[in-house]
Amino acid sequence: MNQSRRLFRALAVTSVAGAAMLMVVTTSGASGSSGNNPPAKGAPVKIGISLSLTGDFSADGIAFQQGYNLWAADVNKQGGLLGHKVDLIVKSDASSTTQVVTNYESLISTDHVSLTFGPFSSLLTEPAARAVDRYGYAMVEGAGGAPSVFSAGLKNVFDVALPVANSLVPFATWISSLPKAQRPKTVAYATSDDPFTEPQIPVAQKIMSAAGIKTVYYKVFPAEATDFSSIADNVVSAKAQVVVLGSVDVPTVQAFMQAFEQAHYSPKAFIATAGPDQGAAFIKVAGKSNADGVMVPNSWYGLAANAASKAMVAEYIKKYGGTPAGVNADVAEAYAVGQVVADAVKATGGFNNAKIIAYLHSGVTFKTVLGSAKFNALGENPVMTAYTFQWQGTTGNKFVQVNPVGDPNTVKIEYPKPVWGK
Amino acid sequence: MATGLTLIFGVMEIINVAQGILVILGAYLSYALSVHWHIDLFVGLLITIPSLFVVGIVIERLFIGRLKGPEKTAMSILVTYAIALIFEGVLNYVFSLNYVQLNAWYVNRSFPIFGIYIPYIELFGFIMVVVLLSALYYMLYRTRFGASVRASLADQTAAALVGIDVRKVSTICFGIGVAVTAAGGMVYGTTTAFNASTSYDLISRLLVIIVLGGMGSLGGALVAGIAMVTIEDIVNVWSPTWATLSFFLLLILVLSVRPQGLFGKPTARVA
Repeated sequence: MNQSRRLFRALAVTSVAGAAMLMVVTTSGASGSSGNNPPAKGAPVKIGISLSLTGDFSADGIAFQQGYNLWAADVNKQGGLLGHKVDLIVKSDASSTTQVVTNYESLISTDHVSLTFGPFSSLLTEPAARAVDRYGYAMVEGAGGAPSVFSAGLKNVFDVALPVANSLVPFATWISSLPKAQRPKTVAYATSDDPFTEPQIPVAQKIMSAAGIKTVYYKVFPAEATDFSSIADNVVSAKAQVVVLGSVDVPTVQAFMQAFEQAHYSPKAFIATAGPDQGAAFIKVAGKSNADGVMVPNSWYGLAANAASKAMVAEYIKKYGGTPAGVNADVAEAYAVGQVVADAVKATGGFNNAKIIAYLHSGVTFKTVLGSAKFNALGENPVMTAYTFQWQGTTGNKFVQVNPVGDPNTVKIEYPKPVWGK
Repeated sequence: MATGLTLIFGVMEIINVAQGILVILGAYLSYALSVHWHIDLFVGLLITIPSLFVVGIVIERLFIGRLKGPEKTAMSILVTYAIALIFEGVLNYVFSLNYVQLNAWYVNRSFPIFGIYIPYIELFGFIMVVVLLSALYYMLYRTRFGASVRASLADQTAAALVGIDVRKVSTICFGIGVAVTAAGGMVYGTTTAFNASTSYDLISRLLVIIVLGGMGSLGGALVAGIAMVTIEDIVNVWSPTWATLSFFLLLILVLSVRPQGLFGKPTARVA
C-alpha cells in the first residue's frame, strides 16, 4: 500500500511538473514577444517562413522561395527595412499540415523572428495562421485564398492574391456569354477535395448552368489520389464539350490530358485551376503542342504590364533564366507578400505585429507586382482582378491573357481548343 | 517493382524502403538518356537495367551486407530509409524539384480494339513485364543460380550447409531486385509526372502489395499488384474516395484469415 502511494505521488508530481514545463515552453515565446520582437540595433531583421521544399507542393514551394529571395535581395539593396538588413529564415514543412505548425512555433520561439511570411497552399496556411496568431504575429501570404482560411475567425491573416472562390468566374462568364450556336451544351467537373480547388467549382457551375450548359459529370476525388485514369475515363464517357478540372499541381493536369489524348477525346474548352500557371514547369511535362489551348485562372502572369512586375520578371530571368511566360505565378505572389509587409513596417515605423495587423486592416491600398491589394475585414483581397490565361501556339508557346473580355491586355481566346498533339 | 522488393525480402529478410526512390532513379536515368542522347525508352533499358544492378550491388556491399543478427530486418528499415533520403537529395540537386515526364511517340497514342482505345505504352509495358517475369522465372527455375536462390528463399541456414554461397546469392539478388526498378521506373515515368518526392507514394503502395501477396512470394506480388490496380479502378468508377480504402479493406480481410498473405509461408522463418 505504501509502495502504491509512493508510486502514485511520484506520478502525480511528475505529471504536474511536466505540465508546468510544457506551459512554460509553449508560452515563453508568446509572453516573451506578444508579436513584438524587434531586431537589435544594427542587427538584421529575421523573417520566418515555412515552405514546402519537399513533398506534394515542392515545385510551388521552390517558386515561392525564389520570390521571397528576390524581394529580400531588392529590399537589402535599398538598405533593408528601417535600416535593418532582411534575413529570411526558411524551414521546410514537407507539405505537411503538422510540420508547418511546428516550423512556425520554432521560428517564433527559438529563432525569435520579428515577422512571418506565409507558406504555400490554403491547406497549410490555415493551420500556420492559427499557430502564429497564438503569438500575436501577422501572417501575410500569397497562396492561401480558400474560404476555409478566412472562415476560421482569425484577424491576423492577409492574402495578397485573388480570393479563390471567384477564380473561375471570368471563364464561366465568357463561355456562358457565347452565342447559342457556339456555346457548348455540356460540361464535366472533376476536382480534388482540396480547400483551394473545391470552392471554385460550384461558383462556375452556377453561372454555366444558368446559361443552359448542362452538367454531365461531377466528381470529387481525394487530394492524395495518384491514379486518375478511371475518373478521366468517366469524363471521356460523358462526352462533355467543356472540362473544368480542379487541380493543384502539374501531375494531376498532365494525367488527365494524357488520358484524354489516349482516348482520342478533345473537349472544346479545357481549364484547370492550377498547374498550367506554372510556366515552363508545365510545358516541360505537358509538351508544347498539347499545352495549346489549355486555360488556367490566375491573378498574374509573366507578361503583365505592371512596371513593378516587369522589373521583378527581369531580375528573375537574370538570376534563374527562362522567359517571362515561363515565370511561375507563385514567384510574384511571394514577392507581393514582401512588398505589403515592407510597406506596413515603414508605415508603422517598426516591427510590432499588432500595429502591422491594425494597419493592414485600416483599408489602405498597397501597390504590388500583382496589382492593388486592399484587405477586407476577413483579410481577403477582393480588389484583385481575376484573369483567365491560355497557352497558345504549338511550338513557340505563348501564355496570354484571354479574360476578362474588354481588358486592354486581353487577346482573342482560342476556341474551340485544338485537338491534342496537333 | 514489387517483384524486386519481395525477392529482396524473401532471400535476405531485408525490407528495402529505398525501393521507391530507386524506381524514380530508374525513371530519371531513362529521362536523361532520352532527352540528352535521344535513346528510345525501351532501348535505354539495356543501359539502365545493368546500371541499377550495379547500384544494387554497391548498396548491398556497402550497407545491407553489414547488417547481421536478430535485429537485421528492423535495422534494414532504418538503413534503407537513410539510403532513400540520400538518393532523394541527390536527385533533387541534379534534376531539381520540377516535375518531368518521359515522352516518346507511343506514350500518348493509342489504337482501337472493339471501340476501346488501348494506349501503346500500356501494351508495350505489358509485353515488357511478361518478358522480364519470364526471364526471372527462367533464372529461378532453370538455372543453378536460381536453384541457389530458391534454396536461400526456403531456408538460408540449410542452403549454407549444403554449400551455397548465401552471401553471394544475397548480393546478386539485391542487385536483381534493384535492377527491375529500372523497368518499373521507365513505365512509371511515362504515365506519371514525377520528381524525387513522388517516391513516397510508390513505396507505400509497394509495401502493401508485398504484404498482401505474401512476403517473399514473387507470384504473390504479381497477383497482389494486379488486384490492387483492378480493385481501385473498379471502385473509382463509383467513388474515388473509397477506391484506395477498398484495397486496404481487402488487405485487412485477407490478413485476418491468412496472416502470411495470399501466397506467403504459413510459419515464421527462423533467421
